[in-house]
Amino acid sequence: MSLSSLTTDEDRDVLLDTKIQAVGVDVHYHDKQALFQVDLDIAANTVTALIGPSGCGKSTFLRCLNRMNDIIDGCRVSGALSLDGNDLYAREVDVVALRAKVGMVFQKPNPFPKSIYENVAFGPRIHGLADSRAELDQIVETSLRRAGLYTEVSDRLDDTATSLSGGQQQRLCIARAIAVEPEVILMDEPCSALDPIATAKVEELIDELRQRYTIVIVTHSMQQAARVSQRTAFFHLGEVVEDGETAKIFTDPHDERTQAYITGRIG
Amino acid sequence: METEHIVKSFDEELLKLDNLVVEMGGLAESQLADAIAALVRRDIELAGRVVEQDKRIDAIENEIHGFVLRLLATRQPVAVDLRIILASLKISSSLERIGDYAKNIAKRTTTIAKVPAMGGTAQSIARMTGVVQGMIKNVLDAYIGRDVDMAADVRARDEEVDQMHTSLFRELLTYMMEDPRNITPATHLLFTAKNVERIGDHVTGIAEQIHFMVAGELPGDLRPKGDNTSYTVVEVASPLNAGSRNDGSPNDRPTNDGSKP
Repeated sequence: MSLSSLTTDEDRDVLLDTKIQAVGVDVHYHDKQALFQVDLDIAANTVTALIGPSGCGKSTFLRCLNRMNDIIDGCRVSGALSLDGNDLYAREVDVVALRAKVGMVFQKPNPFPKSIYENVAFGPRIHGLADSRAELDQIVETSLRRAGLYTEVSDRLDDTATSLSGGQQQRLCIARAIAVEPEVILMDEPCSALDPIATAKVEELIDELRQRYTIVIVTHSMQQAARVSQRTAFFHLGEVVEDGETAKIFTDPHDERTQAYITGRIG
Repeated sequence: METEHIVKSFDEELLKLDNLVVEMGGLAESQLADAIAALVRRDIELAGRVVEQDKRIDAIENEIHGFVLRLLATRQPVAVDLRIILASLKISSSLERIGDYAKNIAKRTTTIAKVPAMGGTAQSIARMTGVVQGMIKNVLDAYIGRDVDMAADVRARDEEVDQMHTSLFRELLTYMMEDPRNITPATHLLFTAKNVERIGDHVTGIAEQIHFMVAGELPGDLRPKGDNTSYTVVEVASPLNAGSRNDGSPNDRPTNDGSKP
């Protein structure tokens, strides 16, 4: 968290640079409605945390951002979602390219059952980002460095990825997401399978990554949301109850429901 | 032992907290210096500036308060981190009080400067303040260095301040008895001396917070105290009983040695 974000005027809440904008988003799974008229702006180069009780719609919203809901049977998304002002759901959008641009890291580390090197090289190769082996090597190294993993694995890039610890595997998955030059990284409970030290390392990594990327993280740890994010949105029963500067949400939330949730009065 | 957090931005925030406390402490120290300089030089203009500058100290206290609130909410600090943050909050309250006492000295200076100067009491208060200023400087060094020994040393020096205050108290009472026209300036000087003595107490409290921050508990030993003004009586040299008194009790100007009456 930058120091300036801690000292800004409490009332000031203007996004300087909106990366993703959601207006009036509804999501249905068959006839069950999961999201109701969600309006939310995601700021560029900022970590935005989505919090709320189970089933509140935060993961559903996250999956709208790279159209992961497209592959879920019976899921309908309506309303307006845009990335840099371009409609995410326009007919001409190449979903594969979109998912490279808006990468995703999941709850459980899910490396491919291949070498460490191949895990990172896979994306750039299929997206044609490297013209030579040397270039590919460079992408792999840079990605692993940005994920804070390179020094730990540089001497065993050909080892199988599953030989790494859970925390290392998760940082490898982050390196894999970075390798295809995304602009946005979505993280769905990225630390819930990790121990506290591995969690701290991923949190430090998230703090560094926001220099380059826009990050949206779903977490059911309110403490983690408070630690890693600059902005927080509280979801409840499929609605965004409140969103704003994280320090403000966690010291003086506007809505009673937010207060009740973060203080452990409703689940 | 590792001294840095895995999450670097937390270290940056703790450093910022340190810097705010030291900035506030430096301001409090210079406010006290200016207030006493104004008193000694009977400089109403400088006194006015001291009164005006107190706002800056209050502003930093507010900033520390807000910053601590955010740190507690967003970092969930534990152990030594938690102690540093809580101690810093309490230290900022003490520094704010020190600023208020300096401001009060400056306010009284504007009154004292309007009546004729009285003996060398202002200089005595300045000497006492010199000790307190040294304590403030060292306690801020102890805070930054997390230095328990230096904090203990600061704490011990407050006894000297208390003794100087007791002796000033006796001196001022005597002035008042000598000539009722001294009562106005002497009363203001009495409060001024008391303010400096209270500042010493706050510095001592800061030293105790530093001990808590580092060691996890407040210092257990009782601090030596030299302030006896609550029990001080200076006998009146009344014309009615002056002739009957031959017991050699001191009814003249007390010596300035801080001894008990």
